[in-house]
Amino acid sequence: MRKATFPGGVHPPPSKLTADSPTVALPLPPRLVVPVAQNLGAPGKPAVAKGERVNRGQTIATPDGFVSAWLHAPTSGTVTGIERVVDAASGRQFDAIAIESDGLDEWADGCDQPRDWRAIKPEEIRKAVAEAGIVGMGGATFPTHVKLTPPPGKTIDTIIINGAECEPYLTCDYRLMLERPADIATGLEICLAATGAKRGIVAIEDNKPEAVRVMTEAVRSVSGAAVQVLETKYPQGAEKQLILACLGREVPTGGLPSDAGAIVQNVGTAAAIAEALAHRRPMTERIVTVSGDAAARPGNFRCRIGTPVRALFEKAGVGADFEALVFGGPLMGKAQFTTELFVKKGTSGVLVFRRAAAYDNGPCIRCGACVRHCPSYLNPSRLSILGESFLDGNLDAIDAAMGIGLMDCILCGTCAYVCPARRRIIHLVEMLRGERRKTLERKREKQREQQAHLKREADKVKS
Amino acid sequence: MTELITTYAGAAVVVLASLAVFFAVVLAVADRFFQVKIDPRAARIEEILPRANCGSCGFGGCAAYAEALVRGEAAAGACTAGGPEAAKKIAAIMGLAVAAFVPKVAVIKCQGSRQNTRPRFRYVGEPDCRAAAATQYGQTACQYACLGLGTCVRACPFDAMITDEGTGLPRVLEDRCTACGTCAAVCPKNIIEILPKERYVHVLCRSRDPGKVVRQLCKAGCIACKMCEKACPVEGGAVHVRDNLAAVDTETCISCGKCVRACPVGCIGDFRKWRDEAAARRAGEQQVA
Repeated sequence: MRKATFPGGVHPPPSKLTADSPTVALPLPPRLVVPVAQNLGAPGKPAVAKGERVNRGQTIATPDGFVSAWLHAPTSGTVTGIERVVDAASGRQFDAIAIESDGLDEWADGCDQPRDWRAIKPEEIRKAVAEAGIVGMGGATFPTHVKLTPPPGKTIDTIIINGAECEPYLTCDYRLMLERPADIATGLEICLAATGAKRGIVAIEDNKPEAVRVMTEAVRSVSGAAVQVLETKYPQGAEKQLILACLGREVPTGGLPSDAGAIVQNVGTAAAIAEALAHRRPMTERIVTVSGDAAARPGNFRCRIGTPVRALFEKAGVGADFEALVFGGPLMGKAQFTTELFVKKGTSGVLVFRRAAAYDNGPCIRCGACVRHCPSYLNPSRLSILGESFLDGNLDAIDAAMGIGLMDCILCGTCAYVCPARRRIIHLVEMLRGERRKTLERKREKQREQQAHLKREADKVKS
Repeated sequence: MTELITTYAGAAVVVLASLAVFFAVVLAVADRFFQVKIDPRAARIEEILPRANCGSCGFGGCAAYAEALVRGEAAAGACTAGGPEAAKKIAAIMGLAVAAFVPKVAVIKCQGSRQNTRPRFRYVGEPDCRAAAATQYGQTACQYACLGLGTCVRACPFDAMITDEGTGLPRVLEDRCTACGTCAAVCPKNIIEILPKERYVHVLCRSRDPGKVVRQLCKAGCIACKMCEKACPVEGGAVHVRDNLAAVDTETCISCGKCVRACPVGCIGDFRKWRDEAAARRAGEQQVA
């Protein structure tokens, strides 16, 4: 079998401490806090009030726009209020629905019942996926029903199920592949049915031979599906790099995977789709890897959405002696400043480290390491220098950065990882992107103002 | 031998002279047919302008504004940095009437000082507000607050801003501020507004968080209690609480200062008082000197 891959990339130490730890169900915490900002796009609108009784799977927030997702009660109990909590992904504060568990864990009416999904039409499948609140579980949390609805004129010929799990430490996808291969295969089959794609690929890195064996067995019954073994390399699991590795096609600048005729779903998402369609279970739980050198008992925990991080700490033997807390993997995850955080649909890992690495950074030494390793063919050094130039007052730096692929960067952090000068490349790229967005917003606002002004003048003339 | 020299010298003279005549003709023709008419007024206007190239007029620098003026595409009072004097001089050169010039000033709408609020984490990245805002939305407890890293102070083309050592917040030196708006443009939290100098009362908070949340985060944040609305004597009210934040309508406000005294958290600033105090301080200093 050919080992597919992409150009560039790095080999960080895998540190998969929890690869052999079977998934353990976390005991139901007495109180769950479910942030409404669960997905990329608009946060949901709370649909329950204080004091209301909810059952597991009941809708507690409805989508606010197309790129937005439904949200369901993770257990049965009483809504104790709407709180404000820090969102681990953006650092902003959003509403969160606090639920006091009654310990019964009862499903709502119509949930948790078998259903013959093969009898359902494709558009009904998409609707069911949307109403089950499924978002990308690899960490980006893009609403899945949007992915399954390709823009008109685009045909999808391949569904790729992403089991690469290239980030160090994380093992939740690996454990899922070993423990529930049939659900992942069913999820793939449903995605194929929903989009009319003919080919299904389960992509797994070659450092997980056991998962390759189990998944090969599981997809045997799915027509057109096969396992693709990938070279172990970061960021193999990044969407665009995965499509390139599996199909040899590139997603164009500013384009979506559908422009390359493919849809990529995380293995967790595939299993969640199977749960929702075959068992009518909305997304209320996920597997979280708790790892790092400050965890005495690292492991993979199946826990409800809204589980306090402290409950995971207790189970994993995390004390107070850590300096760094990261949500997600060590390369793309975000460092957190508080432990008042709750498990979300995209929380793949909670990592705790005894020492927070803080480096002095220096000027670019022009060694070219970042350029050699960049998986998106960019020049990260130049982008970072333009970032500094922008901070020094060069307002044209944004346009210059746009010209060399500012928006093509996937923020994987490979450049910063290999940089001997420890430059804050990703930080500067994120800053430039934020400033670009702000400039665009201001321009639009100015145009609106101008139009309003012209309209007022015209009205004056009329009257 | 002498003959030879005169012949050669004569030839050189003839060749060079004819070249000179040829180029003189070419240049004269080019001057006539390819000449670019430069309005001398543009150069004179440029001399009046502050040449900070701040862009507050809406053109790409002072020269561009001067050219737009002589083309008749710009108004005389567009240069906020030059102020009324520049507007008057430009109007004289161009033979235009000057519209009433409203002096404006930058107002920093945040009081999230070291005394009033605490950061939620220590930020160690690039020492610039725009970079800090890209890190978990900034280190300040309030997500609308001033990040205090001095981006506006460094960006000011007129050295009209300083970072106050005591509070950690930027401060506008009003007699130097030309209201060019550069600081407002670079601020990632949109805290700075350019407002008429004659309006003395402004709400110094941008937080749209509910009052309960604000109380936990900052001692001087607007809690949307509407006491200012109740205290306002203007018919219809010149201060309104919308979306959890009070805002003074600069068109109708009479700068009476009643809302300033009514505000329980002190988030409405009375600039008249502060300006008087500053003027008194300066006068005192001069007497001592």
